[in-house]
Amino acid sequence: MLLRHTPQETIERKALTINPAKTCQPIGAMYAALGIHNCLPHSHGSQGCCSYHRSTLTRHFKEPAMASTSSFTEGSSVFGGQANLVEAINNIFTVYNPDVIAVHTTCLSETIGDDLTQMAQKAKDEGYVPAGKKVIYASTPSYVGSHVTGYANMVRGMVDLLAVSTTAKKLDQINVIPGFVEPSDMAEIKRIAELFGKKVIMYPDTSNVLNSPMTGKFKMYPKGGAKTEDIALSGDSKVTLALGRFATGIGAKLLDTKHKVPCELLDLPIGLAATDRYVEMLKKYSGQSVPESLMEERGQLVDMITDMHQYFYGKKVALAGDPDQLVALTEFLISIDMKPVHIVTGTPGNKFERRIKELTENLPYKVNYTVPSDLFTLHQWIKNESVDLIIGNTYTKYIARDEDIPSIRFGFPILDRVGHQYFPMAGYKGAMRLLEKILTCLLDKQDKDAPEEKFELVM
Amino acid sequence: MNQNTTISPEEIKDELLRSYPAKVAKKRAKQIIINSVDKATDEVPEIMANVRTIPGILTMRGCSYAGCRGVVLGPTRDILQITHGPIGCGFYAWLTRRNQTKPATDKDENFMTYSMSTDMTENEIIFGGEKKLKAAIEEAISIFHPKAIGIFATCPVGLIGDDIHAVAREMESLHPEVNIFGFSCEGYRGVSQSAGHHVANNKVFTDVVGLNDTVKEGKYKINLLGEYNIGGDAFELDRIFEKCGITVVSTFSGNSTYDDFTRAHTADLNLVMCHRSINYLAEMMEKKYGLPWFKVNFIGAYDTAKSLRKIGEYFGDKELKDKIEKVIAEEMIVVEEIKKDVTTRTTGKTAMLFVGGSRAHHYQELFKEMGMKTISAGYEFAHRDDYEGRKVLPTVKIDADSRNIEELKVSADPEKFKERKKASELDSLKANKNMEMNDYIGMMPEMDENTLIIDDLNHHEAEVLIEKYKPDIFCAGIKEKYVVQKSGVPVKQLHSYDYSGPYAGFVGAVNFYKEIDRMVNSKVWKYVKAPWEKETQLAATYACD
Repeated sequence: MLLRHTPQETIERKALTINPAKTCQPIGAMYAALGIHNCLPHSHGSQGCCSYHRSTLTRHFKEPAMASTSSFTEGSSVFGGQANLVEAINNIFTVYNPDVIAVHTTCLSETIGDDLTQMAQKAKDEGYVPAGKKVIYASTPSYVGSHVTGYANMVRGMVDLLAVSTTAKKLDQINVIPGFVEPSDMAEIKRIAELFGKKVIMYPDTSNVLNSPMTGKFKMYPKGGAKTEDIALSGDSKVTLALGRFATGIGAKLLDTKHKVPCELLDLPIGLAATDRYVEMLKKYSGQSVPESLMEERGQLVDMITDMHQYFYGKKVALAGDPDQLVALTEFLISIDMKPVHIVTGTPGNKFERRIKELTENLPYKVNYTVPSDLFTLHQWIKNESVDLIIGNTYTKYIARDEDIPSIRFGFPILDRVGHQYFPMAGYKGAMRLLEKILTCLLDKQDKDAPEEKFELVM
Repeated sequence: MNQNTTISPEEIKDELLRSYPAKVAKKRAKQIIINSVDKATDEVPEIMANVRTIPGILTMRGCSYAGCRGVVLGPTRDILQITHGPIGCGFYAWLTRRNQTKPATDKDENFMTYSMSTDMTENEIIFGGEKKLKAAIEEAISIFHPKAIGIFATCPVGLIGDDIHAVAREMESLHPEVNIFGFSCEGYRGVSQSAGHHVANNKVFTDVVGLNDTVKEGKYKINLLGEYNIGGDAFELDRIFEKCGITVVSTFSGNSTYDDFTRAHTADLNLVMCHRSINYLAEMMEKKYGLPWFKVNFIGAYDTAKSLRKIGEYFGDKELKDKIEKVIAEEMIVVEEIKKDVTTRTTGKTAMLFVGGSRAHHYQELFKEMGMKTISAGYEFAHRDDYEGRKVLPTVKIDADSRNIEELKVSADPEKFKERKKASELDSLKANKNMEMNDYIGMMPEMDENTLIIDDLNHHEAEVLIEKYKPDIFCAGIKEKYVVQKSGVPVKQLHSYDYSGPYAGFVGAVNFYKEIDRMVNSKVWKYVKAPWEKETQLAATYACD
């Protein structure tokens, strides 16, 4: 057994996290910053942070994940990181020539109290920021929240330092802020929005950055990413659709308070109902009817659900992941009569707990969730009440193997399967892909385990 | 592919430095060396190494925590490891280094699949984290009942003044059956992973090695130091040792156990694989317990044979030497057969290696066996002695960053020191240059004239090298892999082996030959241009004609 020391009996833990269902803020900030065109994310801390984040992003996407570091030593940790950051900014613009440097902090620079606003100004005053280039930044202490919080903070930094409002009257354009999802999902979310015929400003946008094509030529700044001039324009939009409140809420709200762009905080459009709500908002704010092509996609999804409902019905599922994804997944699974009985995230937050409560309190079965939690607890819950399927990141495969439960990869990080970069789970088509994965997994298991006389040809 | 090995290295060096600000260029110039070797003395030019990475320059390097928790202690399965810090560091060190491990039975302890952390939050940053650390240790003991616990400090721990060593002592006094020790491997210490190796060596030496005097059965007892069982390398070496009748008391630290560490001092010889990460332990064990050490390399079939012969030479026993020769002869049959086949396709191809503190040297042997040429190489976190040989140690400057890592004062243990060889025997072994007793010749003396040796290679320099030299294969780590492959050059990861292996020993050499053959002769790179793009090129050529 790979997790041979995990006992069935649970004891309360107050201090020790075992097998976390989250990681730290800076990696989320780095990922978000890669969603700006011609931007180099910069980690203000020890080299190890940057190295770990780049490695994890690279393993997940199988793509270059470019970012630089302030390379703190003991001296900088004592005297502050200003000299390192100012030198880094000069070196980055000279050697790597990005349009934007997106700096995020780490537990190290936060603990010593480095002030990024002042340091970025200092770099500018000393002439290290060429005309037209920008340094944006976000405070992302690793000891608060999780990678989702880091993503949210960097999105907020984009709004704060790149968005402007130029007209009193808002323009007929729609902002979309996607949560911490795959580049494939971001492209799908944008595609759906653009079907309504209005200008859509979406950021971050990591599509074509972290799923770029093989051309035989390395491009430090790939074709994709939200353009800074578009992000600037987002202050003039008539609405912001924020998809996933944990990853996008604070950015969207800042657009409202700073530039009077009202926001709609929505769930991630994963699954039927959440996608319906996204589409309804697009319909409302574009003033257009829902395009026929999108109706067809929706119809296909419903068709798939009705065709295969018998295989979903009553199946128990254990879920691990990030709050925005878990909210959407829980709602979707319940809607097709699956039973999400164990739900785990490492990201702290009362709002998440409340939302899961709302979604599950009237169900005729008990749903386990405590926030925050870890995969060790999830495993113990499974030992006490087994499930038919596990949905989570790659680390859940250790539980799946020990307990002989089928599992599908969903969330971050996925270190051992491909496809997530290219094929979305968001939107109607994405939901179909999710269902296909669930079905393949469950039916493969049935095929493998069925007695010979019960082995089915047609399913 | 073009083999642009005729370009002048001076020109390349200029090109590498051209786009840097003056201060950066000045520093990098000392870390980019055009190799030249005095064949009589093995003298090579001086290279600047183990110095700070320049802020903002995209480096391959990681931190002290990674070197300590990840590299040295990560591969051992039954020391329960708690990262004291915010969640990230513990998360990233969770199974990502591919250290394989195989407990003897289903019941034996294996904590490697568990990532444990105090998940420090703002509250602990402000009010101190010692209380939470103590509680975490209590919880870990009540759930897992380990015999040993290692505590690993992350950046904020040192800054807020948590004393992990005091916590370890206190908790051990409450739980005397558990050996609890802390590693001050905060990420800002030193200039790279290398500092963490040293921290790890020190603690394992003072708190673990020497606790158990039970001597393992066996005539020829060795420890293998600096072998981390990535992709099963240590399994393959264990197989070879067993076949030769050599007993491995402990491996540091691939597929290792705490108990093996505690009695490592009862072996009679230390073999050093990765000089950079573990030479401290070898030196300290020699002083305290009297175990001589020498450098080995089990990467490459010929170097494996050479290293085995050194062991035979050291023990000086004919029975052992004969057995070793027999094993080599047996093993080389398959090796030669595969090598003969693959070299028809690999001879003349070129490689670049930028990785680690030893691997960039070791793997050149494998490429040589395949008829391939290493045109440029460098380490990520090595010191001057790994480049130029240990003979330069007396002249290595100790800077502020190195001074932060404790240098233990070690003397002979009045009870446990045991002379393994008479002074005269040791002297004659030392006189034999091939033995490399207490020595490491370094990478540069074994590399060709005019090859470029680059320390702490960064992204910009890698791009220039790829463009100018167009090597057939580039060896690096995960961060570099897809960067280089986007340029159409295959990358072999030499940290994770791209999830294959083993590459050590005889079986490993064969695996590597086949893998490199696959990579440098793969047709997949030819698909980059679409058929119509090729037609356009052709048409353009005709039009010009």
